[in-house]
Amino acid sequence: MSVQSASRWGLVAQFPAPLIARFARNKLAVAGITVVVLFFLFCFVGPLLYSTDQIHTDLTQVNLRPSGAHWLGTDAVGHDELGRLMYGGKVSLLVGLAAGVLATVIGTLWGSIAGYAGGWVDAVMMRVVDAGIAIPALFILLVVSAITTPGVPGLIVILGVVSWLVPSRLVRAETLTLKSRDYVLTLRAIGGSHSRAITRHILPNSVSTIVVAATFQVADAILLVAYVSYLGLGVQPPSTDWGGMLSAGLTAAYSGRWWLIVPPGLAIILVVCAFNAIGDGLRDAFDVRGRG
Amino acid sequence: MNSILEIANLGVTFSTESGDVPAVRGVSLRVEPGETLALVGESGSGKSTVALAALGLLPGNARASGGVSVGGTDVVGAGEAELSRLRGRTASMVFQEPATALDPLTRIGKQIAEVVRNHQDVSRQEAAAEAVALLRRVGIPEPERRASAFPFQLSGGQRQRVVIAMAIANSPGLLVADEPTTALDVTVQAEILDLLRALAADSGTGVLLVTHNMGVVADFADRVAVMLEGEIVETGAVEDVLLRPTHEYTRRLLAAVPRLAVTGSGSGSAVSGEAEGAPVVELRDVSVQFGRGPRAVRALEGVSLTVRAGETVGLVGESGSGKSTAARVALGLVAPESGGVSLFGANLRRTRGRARRALLAGVGVVLQDPVASLDARMSVAECVAEPLRVHRRGMGAVERRERVAEVLELVRLPRELARRGPRELSGGQRQRVSLARALVLEPRLLVADEPTSALDVSVQRTVLEVITELQAELGFACLFVSHDLAVVQRFAGRVVVMRGGRVEEQGPTMSTLLHPETEYTRRLIAAVPVPDPVLQRERRERRLALGTGAGA
Repeated sequence: MSVQSASRWGLVAQFPAPLIARFARNKLAVAGITVVVLFFLFCFVGPLLYSTDQIHTDLTQVNLRPSGAHWLGTDAVGHDELGRLMYGGKVSLLVGLAAGVLATVIGTLWGSIAGYAGGWVDAVMMRVVDAGIAIPALFILLVVSAITTPGVPGLIVILGVVSWLVPSRLVRAETLTLKSRDYVLTLRAIGGSHSRAITRHILPNSVSTIVVAATFQVADAILLVAYVSYLGLGVQPPSTDWGGMLSAGLTAAYSGRWWLIVPPGLAIILVVCAFNAIGDGLRDAFDVRGRG
Repeated sequence: MNSILEIANLGVTFSTESGDVPAVRGVSLRVEPGETLALVGESGSGKSTVALAALGLLPGNARASGGVSVGGTDVVGAGEAELSRLRGRTASMVFQEPATALDPLTRIGKQIAEVVRNHQDVSRQEAAAEAVALLRRVGIPEPERRASAFPFQLSGGQRQRVVIAMAIANSPGLLVADEPTTALDVTVQAEILDLLRALAADSGTGVLLVTHNMGVVADFADRVAVMLEGEIVETGAVEDVLLRPTHEYTRRLLAAVPRLAVTGSGSGSAVSGEAEGAPVVELRDVSVQFGRGPRAVRALEGVSLTVRAGETVGLVGESGSGKSTAARVALGLVAPESGGVSLFGANLRRTRGRARRALLAGVGVVLQDPVASLDARMSVAECVAEPLRVHRRGMGAVERRERVAEVLELVRLPRELARRGPRELSGGQRQRVSLARALVLEPRLLVADEPTSALDVSVQRTVLEVITELQAELGFACLFVSHDLAVVQRFAGRVVVMRGGRVEEQGPTMSTLLHPETEYTRRLIAAVPVPDPVLQRERRERRLALGTGAGA
């Protein structure tokens, strides 16, 4: 039953064995997947093996160099840096992933409706997108963060809302070509509904576009979280994320405490590059098969 | 006399992801100067591969063995420099699609002059003058003015003339033409074939003509080679092969070609023209316009036509005649600007919501493209079941599966096919799946827009037979849109001839196509090549005597 319903939604047909094989042949993409999986294990399983206190400050243990007791040393308020990397990574990955997915969902809905409706509806909806793209996302983020102090859910919503514009354009373009396909015309000619045309034909056939867009969105969102937190407007202490850690460690970097700045910086770079590599790999794997 | 093209024991193998695929095996043929050899076969027979091999144009993943010699030069072993000297001078090529064979951003005179200067040491002015002369030779009116036109300013037939002008620019000894008229309308096709024939006769050029159209073969070729699965199964003079085929496959192929009956009362399967049934779909004085303002295009103007219960109406015309638009109006996909459309007696333009859905449940649709007609992400069963999901929402899964299997058997497909994806099927199987989807609700009207145009003749025949049989069994009416007069003649009881968005003429098929009333229909019918070289020669002479084949 589950297999049947999955295939009804195009999921089984969507990822056939040859696609996975082609993806697996792309070494960079496989490396990307590996890095992402390792980071998730590190952030979500790591704390179970390497338990640290990330809530209370310990002023007896501040600014310690990396050692056997604290593998990556401690920060200015006595938090274990390795433990903090896991703790902050949870927020970065969770917010990045959720915001990327949210942006893709909003963009997909907006773009598919605009593309399918066409005419003045399309014109109005896409001018809204144009206007949105004209305003830098970072600017909007700063304004919003200045007004309110967002928690994790708030941050996800804000990031999602400012970054759905690009996916909506991609999906609209895809919808425009798909809606004039013969199988959609045939469905319309026998009285099939618009919603059926969108949900059963147009969306499943744009899945490749959507999945690739989503991967890049996640990478962008992780970077955006880092920006916002770096500027001190992200999640508030004692919670933190990699961008916040960078920000906190910035002054320390001049006094030679590299362990406060190199690990979170590397973590951001690695994860963002990994997601981009996965996106590239997916796009190539989908492309070889062609459209049709 | 030396052959201009000599191919001996040619083998071509493509290396692909799934291993080596032999495309051509042991092909030997020769083309003498001034002679036309037609290479015929169905899709996948390897005929285009042979044509490409003749000019050393095979793609990188192909390996050729054997000997190909053009005007004494060995092509298989030749380097790129030697091939460049050869192509365009000793031998040149005319491709199928004139729209993509020309550079859209360069004026046609310049494109031709460039070909001239590639191989001849002449000045820019001389080359430009030569280009104009070539345009005149291929029958482009006002060549001096047209030389500065861009390809998009020309019609499809004129573009193909320009492609031919480029091909003959350096008076090659060999012309390879791969489906040179397949993308063109029949009247244009006749003109292009006349042109190619005259050029070959004038300059003693040998022509290797690759085509699937037996009528074109009969009209143009001196000798014929029939290909099947990468091998030549029969070679001979055109009269022998087309009229007295010896190989089993050639016989089968020729039997499957729909022939336009041009004399006598006609016996085809088509029944008498006067149907008395109630109108199933009716277009009254329909006009359609695409776009607004000065750039608006009139697609239909005052079109009226009726399809009655149980009858088949053929809607014919050349590209741009509005025949597909008319079919789409009948389906309610295109809203007319003025005029009335009634489907099963109800006004389609006024009916909305549930009533409209109920009305459309009585319609089945089959469109041209076998690839685009089925959603590749669905299984065959899901494709066929879609109308049931739209109109029979209460139907259970078991019942639905049973109905799908039933219809698949109706169109002569095994029920096991239901689980497969459309990608795994051949073109003919896909069109039958489309037909099964169209018939799953037992419609009263089937609208078929060029349902077999993309298929090989033998497959076309099976699909048409299935439609005919099912129509006799189920009694649906059929609106059959096609550019192929022979198919329509065999299939439709009444015919509507369209031209430039208007109905040119309509009536019972046999009387309309045998004794057309309008000049245009007469010309259209005269341009259709029949696959009988003797008869075709007579028809051609009569057509040329009428003076209708001239001009662009």
